[in-house]
Amino acid sequence: MRRTALIMGMPVTIEVVGFTNAKAAITDTFAYFKEVDERYSTYKHDSEISCINRGLPEEQWSDEMRSVLHLCEETKRATGGYFDIEQPNGTWDPSGLVKGWAIQHAAERLSRRGVQNFYVEAGGDLQTSGVNADGKPWQIGVRNPANKHEIVKTIALTDGGVATSGTYVRGQHIYNPHRRSQKLTGVQSITVVGTNIYDADRFATAAFAMGPSGITFIEALPGFEGYMIDSSQTATLTSGFDRYVAHV
Amino acid sequence: MNSTSRTSKKILLAIGVAATFFVYTFVLRGQRSGAIIAPTPLKGSTPAVSSSSTGSYKDGTYTGSVANAYYGNVQVQAVISGNKLTDVQFLQYPNDNPNSQYINQQATPYLKQEALQAQSAQVNGITGATLTSQAFTQSLSSALSQAKS
Repeated sequence: MRRTALIMGMPVTIEVVGFTNAKAAITDTFAYFKEVDERYSTYKHDSEISCINRGLPEEQWSDEMRSVLHLCEETKRATGGYFDIEQPNGTWDPSGLVKGWAIQHAAERLSRRGVQNFYVEAGGDLQTSGVNADGKPWQIGVRNPANKHEIVKTIALTDGGVATSGTYVRGQHIYNPHRRSQKLTGVQSITVVGTNIYDADRFATAAFAMGPSGITFIEALPGFEGYMIDSSQTATLTSGFDRYVAHV
Repeated sequence: MNSTSRTSKKILLAIGVAATFFVYTFVLRGQRSGAIIAPTPLKGSTPAVSSSSTGSYKDGTYTGSVANAYYGNVQVQAVISGNKLTDVQFLQYPNDNPNSQYINQQATPYLKQEALQAQSAQVNGITGATLTSQAFTQSLSSALSQAKS
């Protein structure tokens, strides 16, 4: 059974395979994502994070919020400051961490229920477990950032997480105003695949912020592989990425 | 964070903003009529907003608020024609940040590269960036609220 709902301003898709009470499992997962959105959305005036940004005293923060903010701090250190929830205006926006963190927790909830085969995706980031409806590893397409209708790579995954950070950029080169003849290319997206979505997502976010050297950051990260696409429609792969590639 | 690093961060930010403005003004604006800012990839986000936009807008071009999309700002301009939303253009987009535009070939000398090739595989899901969708919606809503007659 596969269902999609619009939560946190993005499509959330859950697929459960070979489980008797799939509907209840999916309903519970959607409810969990809604709870997360209520607490962490900077777009909701009454969310806890919005209250904190308006000056809610620290002693009134929930334990969960403290733990998430602690994870943000830890991620900032682990990424040399490239992951930073502090916005230019001084407010905090932990959404770069919360999405992957929520997918991870949603996946753990499904596992605790006894669901062995599932797919949990929120806005292009996902965690898989077991096999798909064909009894095969889950097949995940990597979208071409220059053409959202096009898949340029297929990842085969049983238990793991995949996250992509980037922007859908104009499919054209950008020029250096000082040297117009020299073509420059920019990173359009970086896809990170590994054992879990929480790490894949936060490290994809940081790697994208690093620009072209982001892929070498992923290369150095044990247990994670990356696929970076630049605006010249060239991909750069980490050395172990091939093991996730489905040959189609 | 200590005040020194905060100050240097602010200076870097100011340089970034100035550079972004420069690139936008002198490079992107000149190519505005071309395909360079074609909003194709975000079209998927449009229906949710345009459904509330039928009918009641005054013709004109409206600039939305600057919305934060985590690595940068998103700002759109909405064009209303015949009382309907007919076009959305990007004035700011996170990759306008020049820092993320340079591919340093030196940084990746030993990693394999390949040209992208379209595949027609059957997949269970697709991974891709959607980060700016909320910021896009926010900026567009603000542009549309100005167009309300």
